[in-house]
Amino acid sequence: MADNREITIKVNGKDMTTYVETRLSLGDVLREHFHLTGTHLGCEHGVCGACTVVVDGEPIRSCLMLGVQAHGKEVTTVEGLSKGEDLHPIQEAFWKNHGLQCGYCTPGFLTTLFSFLENNSDPTEREIREAISGNICRCTGYQNIVNAALDAAKVMKGS
Amino acid sequence: MKPAPFKYHDPKTLSELVELMSNLEDAKILAGGQSLMPMMNMRYVTPEDVIDINGVNELDFIKLENDHLTIGSMTRQKDILSNQKIFDKAPIFREALNHVGHIQTRSRGTIGGSLCHLDPSAEIPALASLYDASLTVVNREGSREIHIDEWVLAYMMPSISDEEVLTSISIPVWKNPHGYAFIEFARRHGDFAVCGAGTLVEIDANDIISKVAIVVAGVDVKPLRLSTLETDLIGKKATKDTLEYACSSAKKIEAISDVYFSTQYRQRLAGTLIKRSLEVAIERARIINNDG
Ligand code: FES
Ligand code: FES
Repeated sequence: MADNREITIKVNGKDMTTYVETRLSLGDVLREHFHLTGTHLGCEHGVCGACTVVVDGEPIRSCLMLGVQAHGKEVTTVEGLSKGEDLHPIQEAFWKNHGLQCGYCTPGFLTTLFSFLENNSDPTEREIREAISGNICRCTGYQNIVNAALDAAKVMKGS
Repeated sequence: MKPAPFKYHDPKTLSELVELMSNLEDAKILAGGQSLMPMMNMRYVTPEDVIDINGVNELDFIKLENDHLTIGSMTRQKDILSNQKIFDKAPIFREALNHVGHIQTRSRGTIGGSLCHLDPSAEIPALASLYDASLTVVNREGSREIHIDEWVLAYMMPSISDEEVLTSISIPVWKNPHGYAFIEFARRHGDFAVCGAGTLVEIDANDIISKVAIVVAGVDVKPLRLSTLETDLIGKKATKDTLEYACSSAKKIEAISDVYFSTQYRQRLAGTLIKRSLEVAIERARIINNDG
């Protein structure tokens, strides 16, 4: 017998309500109930970081949090970073630095760096590497991601 | 990779929580979810009931009274990392917790979760052992306190019954200024360490070690305090020879082996890490002495 609940989550600034099975992860709720498929689920056991979203200002793994646990919280997904057609500085920097190839890991890197750079305006390369140590990318070799993060930090600091 | 069906409970108070624990047959407590959720996703664990304690606010606190630091079991690792009181009184916490997982897991992961999961190489149980911490667990009948040594029964097995809940950990902090260091070796930053070593040390004006505590994680099924070595070190001058002595005696620890790392490898690693942590801790103790 399925155990269901009604939940309301503020996703990218908008209150969204749905009726979900309690065992569904936040990642699955975002994708399947809210059709926000920007959040990618890779490993579904907390290893790859692809599923990272920002909950109440903190980056978290959405495969390790239940949808019901996000009830009443504010969630930012990769869809919430740009302002319409205007990319967020981090997205812009990934584009310019060739910080992605297949793009599967990218939403997780963007959301992680988004919350990290909001709180650390002048990070060193080492700090950036540490911040993204919980995200796996099988394509880029990370170098361009780090370059993109350094660039984005400069732009965000200036703005 | 989805959890099997379960019934979800979200008590808001400790009394509701213990009531649930005593009534439900096959329940798991969901704290930060950084260990339980992966195990449920992979269906290694398929509880009938999941009790989410994220709403039990009374388990989320940090208190410092009479040189005892008491931390509620639902306190998140990120909050311990950023807490100034803890940093002032027990700075090793910040150094050690920076090794716990990654930012995304520390935002959710809790101190109680780590203490109940008891991964042999985990930092938080190692810190508990380093400080001779005691843990408080409650059930419907009342509460009991348990020393960290008795808490760890066996590989990943804490001394807690199905009806009990871990509520807090109490840490007697070191009153005097002291040196500290937590160093570990992992294949990738934030991954489970192969081995980790933590040291607290006080030295006097003549560079003599007057108080020392050393713990090593990842060589045994539980964090290991090196009490014999600690006793040996007291009264010794903090010299290179003393460090070498610590290193060679640490290499004699009985270490576990698995498919990844042999006993000998772990022993050598333990020796080296203990030496390095002692060295850094002594250096920091000297700086504090000179400043003071
Ligand atoms: S899908 Fe969540 S960490 Fe991999
Ligand atoms: S761009 Fe392909 S995995 Fe990162």
